[in-house]
Amino acid sequence: MTTAIKNLPRDEIVMAGNGACGGCPATAGLRIVGKAFGPNAICLMTPSCSVASIGLLPKSSFNYPILNICFAAAGSSAAGMEYALESMQKKGRLNGEKPLVFTWIGDGGTYDIGFQALSAAAERNDDFIHICYNNEAYSNTGVQRSGATPRFAATTTTPTGKQCDKKNLPLLMLDHHIPYLATASLAYPGDFYDKLVKAKNTKGFRYIELLAPCYTGWKFAAEDMIDISRKAVNCGAWLMFEAENGKIEFTNPTKKFVDGTATPDSPAEYLSMQGRYTSSLKGDNKEFVINSVASQIAADLQLLRQRSTC
Amino acid sequence: MRRLFDTGCHVVAQAVKCADVDMVAAYPITPQTSVVEEIAALTESGEMNCRFLPVEGEHSAMAACVAAAAVGARAFTATSSQGLLYMHEVLHMASGCRFPLVMVNVNRAVFAPWTLWADHSDSLAQRDTGWLQLYCASLQEVFNTILQAYYIAERVRIPVMVNMDGFILSHCRMIVEMPDQQVIDKYLQHQPNGWIADPQNPSAYACVTGADLYPGFREELFNDTKNADKTIIEAAKVYHELTGMWDGDLIDTYRCDDADTFIIAIGSMAAEARISVDLLREQGIKAGLIKIRALRPFPAAAISDVLSDGARVMVLDRNYGFGTEGGIIFAELKAALFERAAQLQIANKIMGIGGADVNYQMMADAVTSAWDFRR
Ligand SMILES: Cc1ncc(C[n+]2csc(CCOP(=O)(O)OP(=O)(O)O)c2C)c(N)n1
Ligand code: SF4
Ligand SMILES: [Mg+2]
Repeated sequence: MTTAIKNLPRDEIVMAGNGACGGCPATAGLRIVGKAFGPNAICLMTPSCSVASIGLLPKSSFNYPILNICFAAAGSSAAGMEYALESMQKKGRLNGEKPLVFTWIGDGGTYDIGFQALSAAAERNDDFIHICYNNEAYSNTGVQRSGATPRFAATTTTPTGKQCDKKNLPLLMLDHHIPYLATASLAYPGDFYDKLVKAKNTKGFRYIELLAPCYTGWKFAAEDMIDISRKAVNCGAWLMFEAENGKIEFTNPTKKFVDGTATPDSPAEYLSMQGRYTSSLKGDNKEFVINSVASQIAADLQLLRQRSTC
Repeated sequence: MRRLFDTGCHVVAQAVKCADVDMVAAYPITPQTSVVEEIAALTESGEMNCRFLPVEGEHSAMAACVAAAAVGARAFTATSSQGLLYMHEVLHMASGCRFPLVMVNVNRAVFAPWTLWADHSDSLAQRDTGWLQLYCASLQEVFNTILQAYYIAERVRIPVMVNMDGFILSHCRMIVEMPDQQVIDKYLQHQPNGWIADPQNPSAYACVTGADLYPGFREELFNDTKNADKTIIEAAKVYHELTGMWDGDLIDTYRCDDADTFIIAIGSMAAEARISVDLLREQGIKAGLIKIRALRPFPAAAISDVLSDGARVMVLDRNYGFGTEGGIIFAELKAALFERAAQLQIANKIMGIGGADVNYQMMADAVTSAWDFRR
C-alpha cells in the first residue's frame, strides 16, 4: 500500500525564508526527501536552482548539512564522502551513527556535465543515493536546453524548440546494474516517499529521478505545478517505475498502460498547457508535433515493457 | 627508524600510509601512476588502513577528497600534468573551503605537444589557486614533506601541494629513513576540524554569497596563506626535534654564509645545483645555493635575508612565463626583491623544459656566462 499523504512524517527540512520561486517543484520534492530520510543525512548539491534557493551564506533554509560541490562532481563527491565516513567509522573516529549520504542534483548535473562521475559511482556501486530533480532544463542559469529537455520544447538555447530527443537516463542508469532505481512524480507524493524509504533501506548505489515541472522554465501557471505533474504521468510523457536489482516494476498509472488495461491520454493538453511548446505547436505544425510526441511515448513504453519482461 | 630503499612513487605511498590517511582517491597518469598502483595494493592487502577510491578522472579525484575533508577525514590524492590541469576548478574549491588536503604532484610538462617528462609548468599553472606549494629535491625530503604537509594543512586549514620532479625523483630509487610510527602518530595527531558536515548541527557550506561576505572569505585566505610561513617553519622544526631530520623550511641554503653569487632553484635541480656550487667554489667564485622549498607562500623575506648586498643571483626556471621576460620564478623573485633592485644583479636561465637534461655543469655555466668573473 502506498503511504497516504496524511501519514507522511511531520518533520520539515525546508524552512521558512527559502529562496526558490513559490511553487517550485524542487523544493516540494526536497520536503518529501527530508520526511523519508530523517535527520541523520548529509546532502550534496551542485550549482542549480536548489543551491540558489538555500539562501545567502551564512543562512540556510534547508535543515540538512549541505555541501555545494563543483558542477561535474556529484557522483565522485558523494563517493568520497561515503568512503571517508566508512573509513573513519572503522577507525573509531566517527561520532555517532554513520549518516546517509545523498545528492540532490538537477538534470544538468545528472544528464550532462555530471554524467561521467555519476556513471563511475554507479559502476562501483558506491553506497549513496543520487536523486535527480529533473526540470528538463538548466533553470538556474535562465532555462537553457539540457540532455533532459524533450524534443520540441523551447529553451533560451533552443528558441524554436529542441530538435532532438532527450536521453533515456533512467534506462542508462539501470544498465549500470545498480541495486535500486525509481522514477517519481510530485503528483504521487506517497509513492515518491515510499520509493525514497526503499532506497534508504537498500545498500549500494541508488538512483531516483523526480520529474520537476518548473513553471518559470516550462511557462505555465505556478498553481498548476501538481496538475502538470499528474498530466505528464497520465499521458505517458513521464513513466513511473522502480527496479530492484534490475527487475522493473511499474507503478500506477503507468502500470495500466503497460498491462494494456488503460491507454495514455493524448499529450495534446499536457503540451498546450506549457508555453515552452507554443512555437512548436503553431499553425499546421500542431498535429505533427502532438503525433510525434505520442508516438515517442508509445515507443518508450514499448521499450520499457520489453525490458521489464526480459 | 626504519629504512626503505624504493622508488619515489612507492616512497609517496609509504608516507601516505604512515600519515594514517582515511581516504585516497586517485587516477593514474605517467609518471605518478605507481603511486596509485601501490596505494591500491597496500589498501587491498590491508597493510594500509584506508579506503582507496578508484575514480574515473582527476576532477573526480579532487572532488572526492574535498567531500571527504568535509566530514573531517584525512584525504590524499596524487597526480601529474594534465591531471593537475583537469583538477583546476576543484583546487580552487578546496582552498576556498579551507579543507586541509594534501596532494602530491609529480611534475610533468603539459600538452601540447605530448610529452611525459619533467618540468614545472603543471604546478606553476596552479600558483594562484590558494594552495600552499612545497617542492622537494630528494626522496627523503618527499617522505618528510608529505608528513609535514599534513601538519601544516591541518593547522592553517589550507591545502598543500607537495611537488616532486617526474622520473628524476618518481622513478629513481633512494634510501629513505622512516621514523617509527609512534613518532609519526605523535607528530600528526588528528586535529579537531573547523567544519564537519554534521547532521546534529546542520549548516550549508560553500553556498551563495554576495559582495558583503565574499571579499572577506578571500581576504582571509590571502592573509592566512601569507602567514602560513610560520607554520611551515614550525612543521619543519617540530619534525626535526622528533626525528633529527632537516630539509629546510621555507628555503634551504648551501654554502651561503660568505657567498656573493647565488643560484636559486626548486625541485631536483636544487640537489644538482649543490655540485655546481662546489664547482664554482673550486674556480674561486664564492657561490651559494638557495633552494626554494615553499613557493606558496613565496619566501621573499627569507631569500632576501640570505642575499648579501651586491650579490649576483642566477634564477633557474624549469618553465616559461609566457609573455614575460623569462621564467615564472624569475618574475616572482624580481617582484619580491624590487626594493633591493639597486643592490642586486638578477639573471635568469630557463632549462630542463620537458625533461631536457640538466646537469651541474650547465648550471655552473649559466652563472659564469652571465657575469664576468675575471675582473
Ligand atoms: C563548471 C560549471 N559550468 C557552468 C556552470 C553554470 N551553471 C550553474 S547552475 C547551471 C545549470 C544547472 O542546471 P541543473 O543541474 O539542471 O539544475 P537547475 O538549475 O535546473 O535546478 C549552470 C550551467 C557552473 N556552475 N559550473
Ligand atoms: S526556476 Fe524552476 S526550478 Fe528554479 S526555483 Fe524557480 S520553479 Fe524552482
Ligand atoms: Mg534542471
